[in-house]
Order: sequence, then C-alpha cells, then structure tokens
Amino acid sequence: MADLLRGLLRHPSGRIGGAIVALYIIVAVLAHLGVTPYDPIQQFRIDRLKPPSGAHWMGTDMFGRDVLSRLMVGIGQSFLVAFASVGISAVIGTALGLTAAWFGHLWDGVVMRLMDILLAFPAVLLALLIIAVIGPGTGTSVMAIAFVYTPIFTRVVRGPALSIKSRDFVDAARTFGSSRVYILTRHLMLNLVAPLTVQVTLALAWSLLTEAGLSFLGLGTQPPASSLGLMLSESGNLMEMAPWLLVFPGIAIMLGILGFNLLGDALRDILDPKTRSALA
Amino acid sequence: MNYLTRRLVTFPLIMLGVSVLVFVAIRMVPGDAITAMLGTEAGLLTPDQRKALAGYFGIDRSWTAQYWHWLLGALQGDLGLSVTNGKPVLDVILSRFPLTIELALLAVVIALCIGLPLGVFAATRNQKPSDLAVRIFAMLGQSTPSFVIGLLILYILSSVFGILPTMGSAVSLFEDPIGNLKQLILPALTLGFSFTASVTRISRSAMLDVLNDDYVRTARSKGVPALQVIWRHALPNALIPVVTLSGVEFGYLLGGAVLVEKIYALPGLGRLALDAILQRDYALVQGCVLFVALNFMIVNLLVDLAYAALDPRIRLGGR
Amino acid sequence: MTPLLSVRDLRVGFGKGDAVKEIVHGVSFDLHPGETLAIVGESGSGKSVTALSINRLIDYGGGRILSGAIALRTRKGEALDLTQTSPQRMEKIRGAEIGMIFQEPMTSLNPVKTIGWQLEEAFRLHRGLSGAAAHKAAIEALERVRIPDAERRLGYYPHQLSGGMLQRVMIAIALATNPRLLIADEPTTALDVSVQAQIMALLAELKRETGTGMIFITHDIGLVAGIADRVLVMQAGDVVEQGPLDQILDAPQHPYTQHLLKAVPHFAGGEAVRHDFRRVDALKQRPALTVDDLTVRFPVTSGLLRRKTGAVHAVESVSFDLMPGETLAIVGESGSGKSTTARALLDLVQPVRGSFEVRGLEGKSQHRPVQMVFQNPYASLNPRLNVESLLAEPVRAGGGRLTSAMRDRMTYLLARVGLPTDSLTRYPHEFSGGQRQRLCIARALMVDPSVLVLDEAVSALDVSVQAKVLELLVDLQKELHLAYLFVSHDMAVVERIAHRIAVVYAGQIVEMGDAAAVLSNPQHSYTRRLIAAVPTIERRRERFELDTRSVPSLVKPIGYEPREASWISYGPDHKARAEELSA
Repeated sequence: MADLLRGLLRHPSGRIGGAIVALYIIVAVLAHLGVTPYDPIQQFRIDRLKPPSGAHWMGTDMFGRDVLSRLMVGIGQSFLVAFASVGISAVIGTALGLTAAWFGHLWDGVVMRLMDILLAFPAVLLALLIIAVIGPGTGTSVMAIAFVYTPIFTRVVRGPALSIKSRDFVDAARTFGSSRVYILTRHLMLNLVAPLTVQVTLALAWSLLTEAGLSFLGLGTQPPASSLGLMLSESGNLMEMAPWLLVFPGIAIMLGILGFNLLGDALRDILDPKTRSALA
Repeated sequence: MNYLTRRLVTFPLIMLGVSVLVFVAIRMVPGDAITAMLGTEAGLLTPDQRKALAGYFGIDRSWTAQYWHWLLGALQGDLGLSVTNGKPVLDVILSRFPLTIELALLAVVIALCIGLPLGVFAATRNQKPSDLAVRIFAMLGQSTPSFVIGLLILYILSSVFGILPTMGSAVSLFEDPIGNLKQLILPALTLGFSFTASVTRISRSAMLDVLNDDYVRTARSKGVPALQVIWRHALPNALIPVVTLSGVEFGYLLGGAVLVEKIYALPGLGRLALDAILQRDYALVQGCVLFVALNFMIVNLLVDLAYAALDPRIRLGGR
Repeated sequence: MTPLLSVRDLRVGFGKGDAVKEIVHGVSFDLHPGETLAIVGESGSGKSVTALSINRLIDYGGGRILSGAIALRTRKGEALDLTQTSPQRMEKIRGAEIGMIFQEPMTSLNPVKTIGWQLEEAFRLHRGLSGAAAHKAAIEALERVRIPDAERRLGYYPHQLSGGMLQRVMIAIALATNPRLLIADEPTTALDVSVQAQIMALLAELKRETGTGMIFITHDIGLVAGIADRVLVMQAGDVVEQGPLDQILDAPQHPYTQHLLKAVPHFAGGEAVRHDFRRVDALKQRPALTVDDLTVRFPVTSGLLRRKTGAVHAVESVSFDLMPGETLAIVGESGSGKSTTARALLDLVQPVRGSFEVRGLEGKSQHRPVQMVFQNPYASLNPRLNVESLLAEPVRAGGGRLTSAMRDRMTYLLARVGLPTDSLTRYPHEFSGGQRQRLCIARALMVDPSVLVLDEAVSALDVSVQAKVLELLVDLQKELHLAYLFVSHDMAVVERIAHRIAVVYAGQIVEMGDAAAVLSNPQHSYTRRLIAAVPTIERRRERFELDTRSVPSLVKPIGYEPREASWISYGPDHKARAEELSA
C-alpha cells in the first residue's frame, strides 16, 4: 500500500490525477456535510444571473442560486452515484467472473452468455431502458450504471482469473491439498486486486460521465436537487447571456473524469508490469 | 470450432436473449399494461373497454404466449403501434434511422482518419515532446463528455461567429448532399471527439507493443527501411486491437447519439428513444432498443469479420 | 588475409545521460571470411548485446555503442566502421551484408504475413526482384533449407508451421541474399534436441556451401564443438578467454571456461553418472513409490456438439518403482508425456487406468508424501504472498497451524537450502531464479515428503546456477533419504543426477534401466537417436545427420488400444521395448 502511494507520487499522471481526485473527494464530502458557501437551493431573487464576483465566486443562475454551492453539491451527487454504482457492479461482476472461471462448464456458459446479452446493448441504451422501466431518479441512475458495468467487470475478472488458475502456483497449491477457499482468496483474488483497482478507477471516470449525461437528458438527478449534468442542461438556453453557467460545470465534469482517467493510467503503469516498460 | 462459426451460431441465440430481456423489462413497468400503453388516458376507460383492449392486445394471455405472439410479430416487422403518433413503430424508427447511422459512421470515419495516424506517429516519437502533446490531447479528449464539447461548439459559434447550424428537420443526403454534410459535420465531430481520442491512445499503445515484438526486429535485420517497418510490418498487427475497440466504441456512439441529437436538435433515432421514454410510449421504447441492439450486434459481427481478415490465426484456426 | 569483421574494444551501454549502464566492457575479435566464431556465455554475459551491436539493432532496443570500432569489409571491398555508419546506410547493410537469425522462431516471423511474402521481401529489397522472379527465388530459398513441398509452403502463415520448420524459414530469409556474415543468436535454444541437431546440421552444411562467415551465440558450450572454428567466452560483459576451438575445449585456461565445460555431458563409458547408490541393496526395502500401468488420455472433441472423436494418448501404461534414496530420471522431448506422468502422480490430471502406491517414511505422520517442484520458478510462487505464507501453505493445507516450532522449521529449511534466514518477510520478486527454485524446494520439504517430483526443476536456470541447485538436491537426498522422480529433457543434467533412467517417447517408456547402462549402451533406436542428438565436446566438427522422421500422432480414434509391449533385457537392470521391424 505504501509502495503504491510512493509509486503514484513518482508517476506524473499519478500525481496530477491523484491530486484532482483527492480534491474532488474533499469537495464531495464537504457538500454531503452541508458545508457550502450558500444553501444550494436558496434563491436570491435580486441576484439572478450575476457573473462571478467576490460574493458569488462562480456567479448565480437564473433563480439567483449560488453556482459554486450548486457545483459542490453536484459533485457530491455525481460521486455518490459513481461510487455506489461502481461498487455494486464491481462486487457482483467479480463474484460472477471469479466463479465462472473457477467452476467452468455449465455455470461459466450460463454466466457468460447472460453477460453477452447485456453487452449486446449499447451502454447508454441499456441505461435508458432501465430508466424507462423504473422511472428517473438517483436510485435508478445507480442501478442503471451498475447494470451496464457488471458484464464488463465480469469479463475483466474472468480473463485474468482463468490465466491465474492455470499458473503453476495454483497447481502447486493443489498438490499441497489447499482448500478451495484458500486458493480462491489467497491465490486468485490477491492477484486480481491489481487489474481490479485499475478497472474500478477507469469505471469511476466512465460512471461520472454517464451520470452527467443522464442528468443532462433529464433522466438522472431530478430538480431542484443539483447535479453537474443538470446544471449544464439548464445552462443550454442561457449560454450567450451567462456563459459561466456553462463553463464552470463543464470544466468540473471534465476535470473530474480526467482525474480518474489519469489515476487509472498511472495505476495501470504501476500495477501491470507488462505495460510498465513502454512508459517512462 | 472456428471462432467465426461460433460467433455466427451464437448470434441468433444472443438476439433471442436480447428480445426476452427487452420484453420482460417492459412488462416490469409498474401498473398494468393498458396504463403502460395508453398513459394517463387509460384512466378514462370503463372496465369493459379495458377488458376488450386487453383481449385486443393479447395481454390477457400468459407471458410466454404473449412473448411468442410479440416475437412472431417482430420477426415480420410488426413492432406494434406507437401510442403518441399512432403510426407503426417500425415505420417511425426507419424514418429516423438514416440520420443516426450516418452520424455514427461519420464519427467513425473522423476518428479513424485522425486517431490512427496520430497514434502511430506518437508511437514512433515515443517519449519525445510531440508524443507527449498527442498523449495530452488524447487524455483530454477521452475525459471530455460529448455534450460538453457540443455545448462549447455551439457557444463559440453563436457568441463569436454569430451563426447557428441548421437544426430541427433533417436535410436528406440524397437530395442535398452538401447541405446534409454541413448539417452533420459538427454533430459528427462532437460525437467522434472522444472516440478519436481513444483510437489515438489504443493505436499508440498497440504500436508501441508491436514495435517491441520479435518479428519487427527480424524485419529490421533484413534491412527493411524504417518507414516500411512501421507501415508494412507493424501496422497490420497493431490494427487488430484498434478494430476490436472500434466495435465496442460503436456502441458508445449509438448511445452518445442521444445526447448529440438533443444538443443539435436533430431528428434521429436517439432523440426518438429519449422522447419515447419521456412520453411513456413503451411500444416505441421497446422497438428502438431492440432495433439499436440489433444494429450494434451486426456491427460487432462485421468487426469480427474484419478481425478475421486481419489475423490469419483467427481466420485459419490453429495448426 | 584481411578479416571480414574486426571488432575492437567494443563497449555497449543502456540508458541515457548519467544513468548509462555499461553492459559490454570492451570486446575485441576478428572474423575471417568463411570462419565461424562462437560466443559462449550465460544470461547477462553480454553475448547477445554484442551480436546485436554488430548490425546495430541495439539502437532499437534502448542500447548505445559507447566506444570502440566495428570494421566490416563489404562485398565491394570497402572497409566500413559500423559504429559510425548512418541509419540509412545500415538499412542497406542489414540483410545484404549481414543476415541474422534469432532464438524464438515462433515469434520472429510476422504472424499476419505469409512465409512467401516475408521471403520475397528480402529479394525485393536487396536484389530488386519482384513478381514471378521473386516467387521463384523464394521457392529456391526454401528448397535450399530442405523444406519439402516448398511452393505450397510459401502460402502458409507462421502459425501453421512447427518451430523447427520456422527456424529453417528464418535461415532461408537470412541467407536469401547470400550475406557475407550470418549472426545466429541462440538459434536452437527454443527447440527440442533432435530438432536442434537438424538445424545445426543444416547450418553447418549451408556454411560449407556458401562460405558465409558466422557468429554463433550460445549458452551451451557443447553445441560449439560441432560448428565453431574459434571460441570466445564471455562472463558479465567481459571476454574471459578466446582462441581456436580445440585449445578452448582441451586446454581451457580460465576457471570460468573450465566450469562451463564441466556441465557438458560425456555419456561414453558411463563414468560421469552418480555411483552413490546401490539398487541391489535397496531392493530389500519397500519402494517409496510404485507406479503400475499408469495411463492418461485426454478426450478430443470436434464439431458443434463437441462429440468425442478420439483421445490424446498422453501417457500409455507406464510402470516403474522408485526406492528411497534413489533418483529415477524420466527423459523425453516435448510432447512425450513425461510431464503428464509427473502431474498424474500429484492428482493434477486424472489417469484413465493404472495405480500408484506411495509409502511414507516410517514413524512420521504424513499429509502429502509426494511433493513437486515445478519448472518455472517465476510462475510457481504466488507473487503476492511473502515467504512465510508461501512456506506455511503446505502445512496449513494439512490442517497444521503457524506455531513457533513451525517457524523454527522454516528458518532451518531456509538455511539448509542456502537462503538468508531473514527471508521470511520478503516477496518472491526479491529473489533470483535460482533462489526461487531453492525456495520451492524448501516449501516442498516443509511436510517431510518421501518422494520429490522434480519437473524440469533446473531447466530454466543458467548452467552455473543449475550446478549448485543440483548439488543441493544430491546433498538433501543423502541427508533425508528422499526418492527423486526427475523429469527432464536435458541429457546433460540427467547424467549428473540420475541413478536410473526411463526414456519416454510418444507417451510410452521405450527404455529403462541403470543410468550408466542406458547412456553408454543405448538399445532402443529412439534412445540412440536422442543421445546422438545431444551435443558433446567429443564430437567435433562432426556432420550431424539430417533426420526428418516425425513423432507419431498421439491422437487415436475411440476404442484404440495399443499393442502390449514386449521387453528385451540387456542386463541386470536395463531393458528396452522390442521394436517392430517394419517401422
């Protein structure tokens, strides 16, 4: 763990990505604790559509709400959805992929064909179908994104699990008579931590993007709650008059995704020795 | 068994699974199917009318019977009627489809034409400033959502140049090809931006991997000139992961089209699906999802064919 | 006579700026036209780096020539210093003046291009041939390396040919334009012994035909005897000795050369084998392991419905017994079923027939009396577990707990196999290949086994490391009265550790008996061929015979049962399978 941190600090994209992600996590936690400059849904009627100033660092929107406060809450909301959905899909996907690789035969066939079916849908479309069924909302977003990412985690785990399963150290463990549980946890899982960490980080980036997209379409977080995608969609008609409504949430989304992408890349370089040689 | 035959055999099976999933998903909409089909207007129906309607749509039968009925209809192109405009679902879909597929194909062409040369170039300049520049571009491109790009483009166009692209109705490719291209080029750039970035990244890393392979060393030991080593020996091998990625990304493009069509107010399939969801037009949602999934699967099958064409180990099987 | 190639004080390093690490510390030699120079050394000796520096391929591997000169006399008679030549000029020299073949034929050819395309390219680049002319030249080139049915093979892709065939194609490409210098970098290391012998024979013959000068890189000093005129021995980037072949082999001056020569097999007379065990005395005891009629088959399926169409007869009624304190070597080439036999004894594959019985050491409660050490020390230790967890695993699996007594045993065994006792908290990647193999041995010994199965246990190691691990194994055997089942393809190693030898071919034992008897007086035709293919320093510049016989297919139809073997005895402990005359 300490090695990993040191590696990240030495890696240029690891440093930048790590710093961005850390900053965002702090902001998200503050937002969930209610520590924002203003109440994000409080409307200052006289201060409508004010450009950035000392009082409102990022200006105000058409209802006179403080953009910075709404942005912070939006980041908190996006992170909640991202972590929840990736957490769910990582756990389910890992369990499915691991058991598919270990038991093989019929179970492997059933699981992987099911995943093939889910993968036959373009990701956003699958999410839309789920939202169509359950109706929009935060919980639906979490479920929809989790649904989309589960087959990907299943594949990401199954491939390496199959190759680790055929490695000599697993054969050695069998010759000792080690129990299934021991082999699955100590030999397979422990070696899957690295690819999973990378995948989780990249999935978080994608999930932030999807959440923003769904909210932008009006199918994710519902007003008056705040979310980055929602703020962008509300800015659409006002962008000539109030470009700050477009610029700040736009940059916030981009930077957040960039942070996780950079971190994921750095983790891949550090944890996966195969590609390590190709980089500095 | 050959990889391709296996893909061809599983194709209809997976399509069947997709249809079951879509069917079951729509049946899981809370409330009864009449309400689901007619929306709030269902409240005006008398119990007798309800019963008659249920018999008419066949929803008083068991789920399996309903599924068979629906599947047989779907196989003959009958996906039901759209509640919002009363037209057959398939007709509505087919009228919107050309725009979306053109948009997606344009995005693919843009991504491959820019991303591939850029990635190969960066790989040959490994660790030099130009490589770093390409990598930063690709990283930013991959991290910027299409709707942020789209909004930015619109903002710059309207506030700096004071112009707006044609929105609303579609300009036909066959009647006015230039107008059509003018209308679609910006949406296609928006949609293809992050795809371009991923093609750049993948082709760069694939190329770097391949340049370390033994056969590239062999080619050099034969005295093959540096440029030919890259284009004739390395590239055909590096293309294999790029092609695989393109299949997966095509799915993102079809999904991303929803957002881009909304921003540019284009009447494509994505907008159709979105509106259908918002208006609870379930037959239309079902039809759209099924139709797009089918297209995505066909594209992936084509990608597999391209994959086999590129890699004789897949085409010919083992020794 | 002016030399074809003259290398002076060549220094090669890796890395940039201040971080340059010098790998080759000043190599000098001359090579005359038509002469063969062998460069011998272990991994990390800098032999391959030296070779790659000559045609400047090192530029693409992150390396740099720091100083020195490489003078090449070209076909036209001009003298070129290759360290100063422009990259564009080097492209004209590679292939035309200097050809090269590499260690891994399976990965050295472009997988998406046909053999013909890759051959014709050489003619196109250096002789300006194209179309039908290039095609014709390619056919002739394949025929020159004795590939039958050359025209059809031109349309093949690399994955459709065997390793031996691919190496011939590589040679054909390298020699396509009759270069004046051929660099062969471990061209046979990835191949089986009998295929190696064929490639060596081919190289020797082509050298005679074309008069090409050759630099032959190898780790196997035995291989040198058959082909080299001069020998250069490298260790850790330095040349420790160089001279004419006979001088190096018969009167080596440097201790390192002497050490390398010690590892070369002798066979004849059988005096090089171990004489520390008398089977006759041991026969009064019960065997440590008795294997009877062991048969392993893997089903072969085909078609959409995965119908069973036959079976791979991987191991066919193998029987033997193994006494405590004895080493039985199972020898064979890849695909012979030797590893499958070992794996069946550890329950890693299920036999379809046969039985084996293991007798534990009296007075010790044993959970698993048979333990195994695998070939690849990098793959047989879980990289995420520390040494303590690794050593504890076999004990834990048997229900044991991590007590202080067990820790004491760990430290004792670590010291016994020659590892630092503070290793317990370290991870596998902190150890070298040889150390890891010692770790695997210690792990296997944690549960007091009576039989140790060593599956190619030293094959991945360098000769000098190999010698030390073999020494350790011999010591441990005497001390703990262990029985070893030593599976190997390497005759040189077998000669040094085996008391008895079983030769397996196509899944069956074809000859078995006392090591000295089998090695010095082989009876079965396969054993003879196998031994004849092993390079030894006695056979100097001898012509290897081109042998194109192929191994019979192991895939048999359903219900196939091989004929029962009949054995012919050639001594008190030496028997061979009777051969059919028609074969």
